[in-house]
Amino acid sequence: MTVEEYLYYIILPILAVSVLLVFIRFVMGPKIADRVVALDLLITIGITIIAIYSIVYDQSTFLDIALILGLIAFLSTVAFSYYLEKRNKLEMDEKKRKRNE
Amino acid sequence: MTDALIIILSTLGAIFILLAAVGFLRMPDTYLRISVTTKAVTLGVGLILVSAAIYFDELSVTSRVLAIILFIILTAPVGAHLIGRASYFLGVKMWDKSVMDELEGKYKKFSHKLDSGDDLKDEEETEEEKEKG
Repeated sequence: MTVEEYLYYIILPILAVSVLLVFIRFVMGPKIADRVVALDLLITIGITIIAIYSIVYDQSTFLDIALILGLIAFLSTVAFSYYLEKRNKLEMDEKKRKRNE
Repeated sequence: MTDALIIILSTLGAIFILLAAVGFLRMPDTYLRISVTTKAVTLGVGLILVSAAIYFDELSVTSRVLAIILFIILTAPVGAHLIGRASYFLGVKMWDKSVMDELEGKYKKFSHKLDSGDDLKDEEETEEEKEKG
């Protein structure tokens, strides 16, 4: 068994199963924060799948895309948490105004 | 030799990622889930990327892989802290069996500022008075 075959038949299925498990939590996720974290985790596992694919097909160019995906994952987490917090703040202000009235 | 190294590193990384996914599914509380994603997954991704660097054995690939690992190590804690902070403000409940919540009563509800003093309430009241005035 060569390295490529080992990666293709053993490592990739393990990663696929973990993506499936994370996706179950992404669908279930009781709060929106769970979904944001699940999205971040899905993209991070996607980076490893890209790394494995770049070994299997002997194309080191795929790693550039992994770098960009990591960037997008971080940006999306930051943006989601920023706007969630902002929305919460707006709701709090509204509540305060109503109480003052 | 390199084949064995690649197989060992990628297997370890895949096992770490699988355990993180299982933990992410089974943990009872949002904050515990966030802690899973920052630690185990970072290690797993790093190991698999190192195995890719060993496979190609070129300077350009190795530097790219190091850049990815450094970026993930830098950004994972920052993102986890931000989303944890946001979920704390959103009022996400902790697990029933959690021992303590050290932030309880230390975050101002309206201005989102951290304060450890006892005059927390007074300041919020004065802020409200200012708005009224």
